[in-house]
Amino acid sequence: MTPARTLATARRVLLQLRHDPRTLAMLLVVPVVIMGLLAWILSDADFDFWAPPLLGIFPMLVMFLVTSVATLRERTGGTLERLLTLPTGKGDIIFGYAIAFGTLAVLQAVVVSAAAFGLFGLDVAGSAWLVGLVAVIDALLGTALGLFVSAFARTEFQAVQFMPLVLIPQILLCGLLVPTDELPTVLRWVSVVLPLTYAIDATREVLGSVTTTAAFRADVAVLAGFAVGLLGLGAATLRRRTA
Amino acid sequence: MDAPVVEVGGLRVVRGGRLVLDGVSFTIPAGQVTGLLGPSGCGKTTLMRAIMGVQIVAGGTVDVLGLPAGSPGLRSRVGYVTQAAAVYGDLSVRDNVRYFARMLGAPGSDADRVINEVGLDDYAGQLVGRLSGGQRERVSLATALLGKPELLVLDEPTVGVDPVLRRDLWARFRELAAAGATLLVSSHVMDEAARCDRLLLMREGRLLADDTPDALLARTGTTTVEEAFLALIEDTVPA
Repeated sequence: MTPARTLATARRVLLQLRHDPRTLAMLLVVPVVIMGLLAWILSDADFDFWAPPLLGIFPMLVMFLVTSVATLRERTGGTLERLLTLPTGKGDIIFGYAIAFGTLAVLQAVVVSAAAFGLFGLDVAGSAWLVGLVAVIDALLGTALGLFVSAFARTEFQAVQFMPLVLIPQILLCGLLVPTDELPTVLRWVSVVLPLTYAIDATREVLGSVTTTAAFRADVAVLAGFAVGLLGLGAATLRRRTA
Repeated sequence: MDAPVVEVGGLRVVRGGRLVLDGVSFTIPAGQVTGLLGPSGCGKTTLMRAIMGVQIVAGGTVDVLGLPAGSPGLRSRVGYVTQAAAVYGDLSVRDNVRYFARMLGAPGSDADRVINEVGLDDYAGQLVGRLSGGQRERVSLATALLGKPELLVLDEPTVGVDPVLRRDLWARFRELAAAGATLLVSSHVMDEAARCDRLLLMREGRLLADDTPDALLARTGTTTVEEAFLALIEDTVPA
């Protein structure tokens, strides 16, 4: 794995996306539309309560789907096998994708956060910037999760079904619907090993504070660890030799 | 005599519960064009995948340039064209070839050279997805010509190519061999056999013959490789 090859891969993935303007437009517009819908159906107070955590979850869902399908295309198109016969490192491929889609994830989270605060009148006691930062981290987490699970999918059908399998349980257990300390004991343990739990906790931290708290910094560190760990595992599961 | 470039011994491959290669052994000498011929489904692609080190094998050995197939040290020394073009449809020809050049560590000027060699200068800026199947295959071939490969493994590189370009490509293969490269080219078109220095004839996972074209014709008393192929089948598989 070398920085030159990783960056060349990231550049190549972004070049491919440039030829797919509809995907790019949907990536940026869809979360904004959903956020607008949420602002429309909820009272101001309810919107201020629900929007900050969802600000991160929407980009995470979208990035998860897009990323898990993208690497599968490499596999079914034969280019993955071809790349692995070259001096390409497995990490060059996975981290190249992570940089490319991570860039989009950041862009998407920034756009939807700007819309929520600027257009839809989201109002929080804490720092809007930090709320936006958590949204960016969530989108990056979705990218890392998508890359990780795509290593286990053999077909598009399988890849798409990883979303309900991997994301919905996290959304149920992360503390968004029921605070984690009110969950049954076994589920509380499970929630501790799920990354989204830390993302929601980070959101709660910044909602009440204009500066970063120690708990917030710990959450962000855990999320960064999850993202890097998942990408490393995703790279490790690529196989140069297949049946 | 130089050491062989490819040395395959007792190679067995099982795919989907079926024995696809059944004890195949041969060597490929340096600086020659070796044709791998046989009907569709006889195991040509599996054999080439084994030489590239991407195929899980059930038994036997495959050595390439003195190293076990798939060794990291071989990755910049062996060029590979897969049967289905392994290129990105949503990138231009030039962006595709440049990306593979970067993976190899070859200079950017190398991309223009190989695009020219496969006759795609006029299409360099086109999206690969909008090209014909034969043109896509040539983009894939271009990526294999990058750098200075010592061994080229080409799986049906001339399928769907017009006769003029086919002649030019074979001329280029001969040039590469004259410059010291070793080529293994598969085909199910028997008339391409005459352009090879050596032939490997395959059928149902076994090697029928490993010979020069002339010796093969002399041995079987035939005038075309097609007839030789039939003569060999009728010899080894009694009715």
